[in-house]
Amino acid sequence: MSIEHKVGFLRRLKGFFLKHMHRMITCKEFEEFVLDYLDDELPAAQRSVFELHMRMCRECREYLAAYRRAQEVGYALLNSDDEPLPDDVPEDLVKAILDARDH
Amino acid sequence: MPDKSETENDLQSERPANADVPNAEQLVRDNIAWMLALTERMLRDRSLAEDVVQEAFVNALRGLEHFEGRSSIKTWLHRITVNAALTKLRQLRRLGEQPIDEYLPEFDRVDCRIEAPWTYLSPVQEVMESAELRAFVNSAIDKLPDSYRIVLQLRDIQGYATSEVAILLEISEANVKVRLHRARAALKKLLEPVLRGEVRK
Repeated sequence: MSIEHKVGFLRRLKGFFLKHMHRMITCKEFEEFVLDYLDDELPAAQRSVFELHMRMCRECREYLAAYRRAQEVGYALLNSDDEPLPDDVPEDLVKAILDARDH
Repeated sequence: MPDKSETENDLQSERPANADVPNAEQLVRDNIAWMLALTERMLRDRSLAEDVVQEAFVNALRGLEHFEGRSSIKTWLHRITVNAALTKLRQLRRLGEQPIDEYLPEFDRVDCRIEAPWTYLSPVQEVMESAELRAFVNSAIDKLPDSYRIVLQLRDIQGYATSEVAILLEISEANVKVRLHRARAALKKLLEPVLRGEVRK
């Protein structure tokens, strides 16, 4: 049996296990719970199912860590340039706005 | 400087009864920089951003006498600005459903996630310290389709609640959640080279 076959077999086994065992969800189902989990909006029972999957599944665990890190990076970046310098005031635009108001 | 005080007196005579409300020119000067940054982020275009900021100020100054001080001036202006930017995006038909599938997570036939192993995950600090990496992240955010990027900006960056985003965008809360999750998932995909430490600093 080639390595590809072995990996394929193990993945199918994992898929079967996650789909049919008690308190297990598939990775696709896990995906649908991510937002509510991070917002802390999952009822306790669903939360423990979600966390159980995370403990069992390397892919979802690493995916979620990267998903959160991407969010943190985006937040840090978009907030870092939110405080522009006072010299950023474009005089021509200020004048245009005050003129537009007067008309 | 006599000229300046003259202008100020002139403007102060127009000041509404509420003493906490600043005069028009001061209001514009104090707020124009962050409003331009916000609208440029939302529209991804400087000259469109300037149009929108002008429109937002004209609306705000018109409504200034009705400002009741129930929120801070900045919060009040923020909402007016976001609304003006969304109106512009709608006029340009940039808020409809847009394809994002190519950036979404992949699953195999038995619904198992396809995810290459992560041997390294860059800390936020490391990304923020490098101009090249910040530029990469910026261009990744710009690659998100408008209808998803806007939800991400309003909820994750500007801190609006799901229900407020739903009202601003005139879509259901469920739809806001779907778009937010897809936007974050797509951002994760687009940032992978940076997060895996594969982009040269």
